[in-house]
Amino acid sequence: MTATVQTPGRAATPPPRPLDRRRLLVDAALTALVVLALSFALVGFKIEDVPGGLDLLLRFDDVVVAAALAFLVRLGVDLLGAGRPLPVLATSLALAGALAGLLVAEQGQTEPGALTRWLPFGAVVVDWLVVMIALGFAARAAADLWRRRATVAPVATEASTIAATLRVATRVLGPLLLGVAVTLPFLPEVDRRILDIAILVVTYVMLGWGLNIVVGLAGLLDLGYVAFYAVGAYSYALLAQSFGFGFWTCLPFAGIMAGFAGILLGFPVLRLRGDYLAIVTLGFGEIVRVVLLNWYQFTGGPDGISGIPRPTFFGLELTRTASGGGETFHGFFGLTYSPTDRIIYLYYIVLALALLTNAFTMRIRKLPIGRAWEALREDEIACRSLGINPRNTKLTAFSIGAMFGGFGGAFFATRQGFISPESFTFIESAIILAIVVLGGMGSQIGVVFAAVLLIGLPEIFRDLQQYRMLAFGGAMVVIMLWRPRGLLARRRPTIHLPPEGAGR
Amino acid sequence: MSPPGGQSPASTPLLRVEHLTMRFGGLTAVDDVSFEAADRQITAIIGPNGAGKTTVFNCLTGFYKPTVGRLTLEHPDRGRHLLERMEGYQIPQHAGVARTFQNIRLFGAMSVLENLVVAQHNALMRASGYTFTGLLGGRGYRRAEREAVELARYWLDLVRLTDRADEPAGSLPYGGQRRLEIARAMCTRPVLLCLDEPAAGLNPRESAELRDLLLHIRDRERVGLLLIEHDMTVVMSISDHIVVLDYGRKIADGEPREIRDDPNVIRAYLGEEEDEALPPEVVADRQSARQPGC
Amino acid sequence: MGYFLQQLVNGVTLGMIYGLIAIGYTMVYGIIGMINFAHGEIFMIGAFVSLIGFMLLGLAGVTWVPAMLLIVLVATMALTAVYGWALERVAYRPLRNSPRLAALITAIGMSIFLQNYVQLLQGARVKPLQPVVSGGFAFLADGDFTVNLSYLQLIIIVVTFALMVGFTYLITRTAFGRAQRACQQDLGMAALVGVNVNHTIAFTFVIGASLASVAGLMFLLNYGVIDFYIGFLAGIKAFTAAVLGGIGSLPGAMLGGLLIGLIEAFWSAYFTVEYKDVAAFSILVLVLIFRPTGLLGKPDVEKV
Repeated sequence: MTATVQTPGRAATPPPRPLDRRRLLVDAALTALVVLALSFALVGFKIEDVPGGLDLLLRFDDVVVAAALAFLVRLGVDLLGAGRPLPVLATSLALAGALAGLLVAEQGQTEPGALTRWLPFGAVVVDWLVVMIALGFAARAAADLWRRRATVAPVATEASTIAATLRVATRVLGPLLLGVAVTLPFLPEVDRRILDIAILVVTYVMLGWGLNIVVGLAGLLDLGYVAFYAVGAYSYALLAQSFGFGFWTCLPFAGIMAGFAGILLGFPVLRLRGDYLAIVTLGFGEIVRVVLLNWYQFTGGPDGISGIPRPTFFGLELTRTASGGGETFHGFFGLTYSPTDRIIYLYYIVLALALLTNAFTMRIRKLPIGRAWEALREDEIACRSLGINPRNTKLTAFSIGAMFGGFGGAFFATRQGFISPESFTFIESAIILAIVVLGGMGSQIGVVFAAVLLIGLPEIFRDLQQYRMLAFGGAMVVIMLWRPRGLLARRRPTIHLPPEGAGR
Repeated sequence: MSPPGGQSPASTPLLRVEHLTMRFGGLTAVDDVSFEAADRQITAIIGPNGAGKTTVFNCLTGFYKPTVGRLTLEHPDRGRHLLERMEGYQIPQHAGVARTFQNIRLFGAMSVLENLVVAQHNALMRASGYTFTGLLGGRGYRRAEREAVELARYWLDLVRLTDRADEPAGSLPYGGQRRLEIARAMCTRPVLLCLDEPAAGLNPRESAELRDLLLHIRDRERVGLLLIEHDMTVVMSISDHIVVLDYGRKIADGEPREIRDDPNVIRAYLGEEEDEALPPEVVADRQSARQPGC
Repeated sequence: MGYFLQQLVNGVTLGMIYGLIAIGYTMVYGIIGMINFAHGEIFMIGAFVSLIGFMLLGLAGVTWVPAMLLIVLVATMALTAVYGWALERVAYRPLRNSPRLAALITAIGMSIFLQNYVQLLQGARVKPLQPVVSGGFAFLADGDFTVNLSYLQLIIIVVTFALMVGFTYLITRTAFGRAQRACQQDLGMAALVGVNVNHTIAFTFVIGASLASVAGLMFLLNYGVIDFYIGFLAGIKAFTAAVLGGIGSLPGAMLGGLLIGLIEAFWSAYFTVEYKDVAAFSILVLVLIFRPTGLLGKPDVEKV
């Protein structure tokens, strides 16, 4: 929470100690054994669908390779810890080189599969991952070696340097990111696919900022945020379908409905603490989804609602031809029609919504209600002793967060043109919460980083579809282990003591 | 109901506790305790550990609902309030009772100054038009915030934390945190300040400073103080009035001089076996030896 | 009446499965105060390991049902326990002194990871299993309605009871149980008086995982189909059960599991199947509002 970023451990490079070879080997062997046990059943046998039932497919080579790799990894970690980077460097480089060579050769092969039997694991991606890990070990070992050579160890100041760099970086980065975000559609190399990804990322940034009010500022653990997102989306879809209202008319309604839902849920449950609140909000999220799924007459059930109107630009439609008496955007301005126009417009809508959320949060942090939220996060009992009404204060945070979720939902509905309960599962809540926590609770720019990392990167590597969620879950774990307080956990005070006599 | 025992000051008391009883299941933590605290005076509540002192505080400040009893606070500026009927957060807001905690409860990640500004929440909420006009950046709110900062500065100067105003409260040393908690309570502009062991863990120099601070609050800020304390040097030197609890019952009530010589009190602190009454200095010494720093 | 009794039998069977999972939640919550979100996936892994076990035994020609059940039970418990251990070692132990949210996020991350890990390795298709235990007996005839208790349901109930007896013995009578209870009271103090806290927590995960794997086995036998997604809903409902019974309380977990199972069975029987999950969650919300410590939980007095 202080201005200095703490990087744990990692003082000077450990001096070489006498090696306890036996222990090293036993350690590595035990690790290999655990991996063997983990992979024995699930990796060793694959349940295959065959006509008339199931069959088992043996994959023991993979089990053996996994155990061997685990042996090497553990050995490498221990050796680095004991200050012996040289063997690690040699082994990992050799391994990475051999494997990468095979992979490249395999790709160049005219007859695919000729070299495959020399490659561990059936999947090329996994092999490349092994190469990357080996290279990581090599880099770490090389760094250790270099540091030992250097006469003055710069390690002691490492933590503070990182902190200073970060501080400067965030100051410069904010405006820079904003600049990129605003000009993005007109940058070279930006095509429709990238714009689509950008819309998705900015949507999550906005939702992250909305949830940040609830989780980051007020410290209320909400695992059912997607419920408010759903309320917003369905409010818009139903209003548009039943009464023919447009996006801009419905947007405030969607927010208000979601905020109202937040009050309804929050009123009874906000006196619960911590994890209990988390589980109740999770339950609420599921209830909303199940109701949407089963209330067929009203929500269309699993079929969802389709034909949700697209947003118009002051009444102008962003389509090739206008529907029923309307006018088109390109027609009005005398431009040639481009289908990307609509995407660009959607992008700017969500960017504006996100910036609105951000501006709101920045502003309200400096108001008494925002400070009371943070105080409540720190110590509820102390708040009560200062005359702050905890329930009302929490309720405002909860419903304002919900309101932004509702805005996000309305945008989602208008972008997709179709919504169904499928889109509002628990995993969405988990993703949004992960963005907030990974970014560093309460940090606005951290949310941006986390959203780009968690949403943008997997979208760009969409070809690896099947590994996407695996990598997502893995990344959540790894980032948290690496920085338990989030990527950018820094809190700037909302008010400074002016010098004596100033402003009077 | 007639005013209970002890001597009552000439004017009406600021706080009147009548027949306060608090039971937790089968345990009676406070048993039919009545006493009064006068305005602009320091009233100390003392007694061995587990005597029910903090429970009395928790009833006064709305954290517990008393099983039996009436707690009346009366002040010319604030009117008359029956504390046992109020919600916890309303007591500081309307009746003007502020408190500190035995185990310090600051907003650790927030800056020292923010802690003091949060304490003025209700006034600032009104000034910010309950957030609506504040969001639009009203002039009235900016002025109110400036005033809030000035009040905070006044207290920061008094507790010598001005140069650490922008640091996180959690990074202050222990003594600084204790002083900040008192300053924060005072920023709510109370008429009665309840301090739960403010001298615990302080060294002799800090303890002396604390005494001066409490006397300042009594004499300059014109606030009544209710004080739970084990450090007898502090209690005896600044209290105007002392209430002694033991096993949840009141065993003595009076001026420091009277309490010092009260055989009941000596028995409670030193046990039944001691026949001869020991000089009060010894009582104080043994007492602080029995409760080192808690 | 007959219909009612039949639902009672079904509900108890289902409740036993939830209860076994709930114990893992309640133990972990009791000892380190975190919701082990990945516990539902451990249950799912138990079901998959069981399925592979049955298929292997089928290939090996073992057809005597009691032997099959016993072998699969032991193998599943052992192999799934390793997952529980590894989960704690890799994802939770390094974060024990970090903000609580960090551990919650890794738990959710682990849950997503394990789900997709199994999907990747075993495919996304639903996996059916030929009924291993078939038959049953009519145990009460009420007019033209007979209440059936299948052998399978009998096995589930008996095995759960046996496990519960063993488990209760473990917690109340052994050194591990003492250490476990001490850690629940106060981790720091337990460490000071010489309890190996790391081992105790690791073993708690091992026990929780092996009980969940038995639940996975029973789920597989009872429903005959599994997929990589079964852990989520079962996990949430089991957590609901743990909260309903009073989190931290072991008998509470079993009781909560039974209640959730019964509620689900009766709701499906007498009201609408579609809203059975809503019923379970609504009960959770109501319990938490009116009795936040659950049915058997200790009241938690606010310390000021």
